[in-house]
Amino acid sequence: MIKNIYSFILKRYIVITPLLLVLIVAQREEYSQLTTSGTFGSAIRLAIPIMLAGLGGLFSEKTGVVNIGLEGMMIMGTWFGAWGGFTYGAWQGVFIGMLGGALFGLIHAIATVSFQVDHIVSGVAINILAAGVARFLNVISFEDVAYASSTASPRITGEIGKMTVPFLAGGPINDEETFNLFGSIENLDIFLISDFAGFILGFLSNISYLTIFALAIVPFSLIILWHTPIGLQMRSVGEYPTGSESLGVNVYLMKYIGVTISGALSGLAGAYLVVGGTGIYLEGQTGGRGFIGLASMLFGNYKPFGILMGSGLFGFADALQLRSPQAVHGLLIVISIFLFVLVLKTLFEKKYTQSLISLLFSGAFLIWFLNSTTIPNQFVYFTPHITTLIVLSFANQRIKLPEKIGVPYKKGELN
Amino acid sequence: MKLRLRIASFSAPLVALSIAFGLSSLILLFIGKDPIETFRIMFEYGIKGKSIVSIINRSIPLYISAIAVAVGFKMGLFNIGVEGQYLVASLIAAFVGSQFSIITPIHILFIIIIAVASSAMWAAIAGYLKVKKGIHEVISTIMLNYIGTGLIAYGLTNVFDEAGSDYELPRTPELPESGKMPALNNLFRLEDLQDLHGFLFVAIVVGIFYYWLVWKTTLGFDLRITGANPVAAKFSGINPNRLIIVAMVTSGGFAGLVGLGPLLGYFHRFTIDFPTGLGFAGIAVALLGRNHPFGMGIGALLFAFLERSSQILDLNDVPKEIERMLQAFILLIVVVFYEIIRRFIVKQQVKDASKKVET
Repeated sequence: MIKNIYSFILKRYIVITPLLLVLIVAQREEYSQLTTSGTFGSAIRLAIPIMLAGLGGLFSEKTGVVNIGLEGMMIMGTWFGAWGGFTYGAWQGVFIGMLGGALFGLIHAIATVSFQVDHIVSGVAINILAAGVARFLNVISFEDVAYASSTASPRITGEIGKMTVPFLAGGPINDEETFNLFGSIENLDIFLISDFAGFILGFLSNISYLTIFALAIVPFSLIILWHTPIGLQMRSVGEYPTGSESLGVNVYLMKYIGVTISGALSGLAGAYLVVGGTGIYLEGQTGGRGFIGLASMLFGNYKPFGILMGSGLFGFADALQLRSPQAVHGLLIVISIFLFVLVLKTLFEKKYTQSLISLLFSGAFLIWFLNSTTIPNQFVYFTPHITTLIVLSFANQRIKLPEKIGVPYKKGELN
Repeated sequence: MKLRLRIASFSAPLVALSIAFGLSSLILLFIGKDPIETFRIMFEYGIKGKSIVSIINRSIPLYISAIAVAVGFKMGLFNIGVEGQYLVASLIAAFVGSQFSIITPIHILFIIIIAVASSAMWAAIAGYLKVKKGIHEVISTIMLNYIGTGLIAYGLTNVFDEAGSDYELPRTPELPESGKMPALNNLFRLEDLQDLHGFLFVAIVVGIFYYWLVWKTTLGFDLRITGANPVAAKFSGINPNRLIIVAMVTSGGFAGLVGLGPLLGYFHRFTIDFPTGLGFAGIAVALLGRNHPFGMGIGALLFAFLERSSQILDLNDVPKEIERMLQAFILLIVVVFYEIIRRFIVKQQVKDASKKVET
């Protein structure tokens, strides 16, 4: 039993150590924002677009098509979401945003599946195309509308309802307030328990129906891909298309379905940014989140719940950057101590150069931490991106890629 | 290659261009504008003397950016980070270059070396992450672009800002006279037009150097063979990890030159409104020009022409953003057509070969 726990810690120290360190650092007054329910709440809101993009990547890559165009499809989602939201209303905007993304997914499918264009080339082209199309559409659609410019749309009309769970998070029943169980636990300030209550509370209070809809897609994707015949066909196409073909699977159709769903999910991710967030389309508002979604897919090792965890991590980094730049400063000491743990580990493994480098960086972060009280705004801005790189460098070695990922398939050719 | 096949391969960009123009025309018709009239206005404006100088100036960074991307493409490595690399390099070069003054050629050479070195080092991070940590270069270079943007914003306001200036936006000190690249107007007798950037020469040299590097050196051979067949390359004794690092650094080195045309020829300092987006445009030009130094030159000129000539459209009540659509259409359609033609050529070659065997 103890041996099991010991080996579990050794295996997962990369996740466990930073987590513990964050919890400890969060006990200090000035870094308490690290683990409040407010931070977790916005972490969830920011994680959803990344998660949806990651799931989009999953559907595409499981059928063997690399989708670098997620970012572009997301851009289409933001613009179509804003346009639909402005013209018809919030939920319609979400749906139209999905359609816009799906359209670009379809274009990617036509290029990569029917014409066997290199997947990354096509994806890059999709990204450039989407940026141009969104700009153009925005200019011609909102030419004479108030509060719109060439890079921003007017505000959407209507909004998506929110709810707070009664009793557990103090949500009202018939306009009467109820007991807030997790909220009161959070206010007790007990180490670990209160932080955990804050985490749960982030899920239960003030949560939008759109978020619930998006979260429901995670188990849904798992069921579709792993527990239905069509899911099996889609996955088989990514692993061994020639074999699937010989068993009567329509390889092209499966790839088309996968990539189009991928586009629709990325479109939803973009629409979520607009409808569930800013309320308007802004040029460049996706900010590389499509690519971070791709990173969360790799981090999650092509598993829907893994993607959820990965995007949660990146969403957390994003939330800190937006809500509390002060708390990001606390992460410096976390990084420093974590690197010191790495030093010990590499010393133990007799990799002396590595441990020396880690030691140097650990010292540098420590000095930085001690000699400053905040992090410059400009650095805070790229917290999610640098988190992505750091997380991938520690987590990337155990991935199981689909066997024929990125290989163009043509009927009748062996590959 | 046979003449027939050669013609076929040249037809791809032309067909793609016509389709892209056709699609854009349909869109123009849809929003109630006359496409023929629109393209006529664009063309007329684009071939004015003033426009031509501007087009050449615009095409210089586009061309170099395309070459930077193409070095990676040759071995199947996607350096999407040219954008971040050239901006980081331009900031550092602009600052270092403004700190001293010597004779012009040495000064400019020094700025070039600084830019290339800093850009190559920035790109090397992505190479390292790919080789040691297995992070795909598309993800790492994109993330590095955002990190670079943040670092530039910080550096520009806090480290490299002009000391004692009452200008409200952050900017680096201006390059001294010796650090400014002379314009070529006297050389071509263009007195009454705006400056034709002297960096044009560097762009041409870079194009020739790129050709020599990829087609005449061992490194270039390694790059091409890895791009064509990674497995065969490995068995022929090429160390893929070493090559990834070398290719990334070389690509980054070229990227360092992208910002220097505008910097040395026009801006003379790094400011908030230093041109961005050249890295992404370079990807499009490299795909359009099929990584060939000549093809990319044409591609860069074409994109620069579209950019410049669309400036007139707003005056004629046509949204000038149609140009972006046009560029994007050209790009997407051209990659599809290149693939169709490539398959066609392979098929023909197999047919020809089998005919030979029969007779």
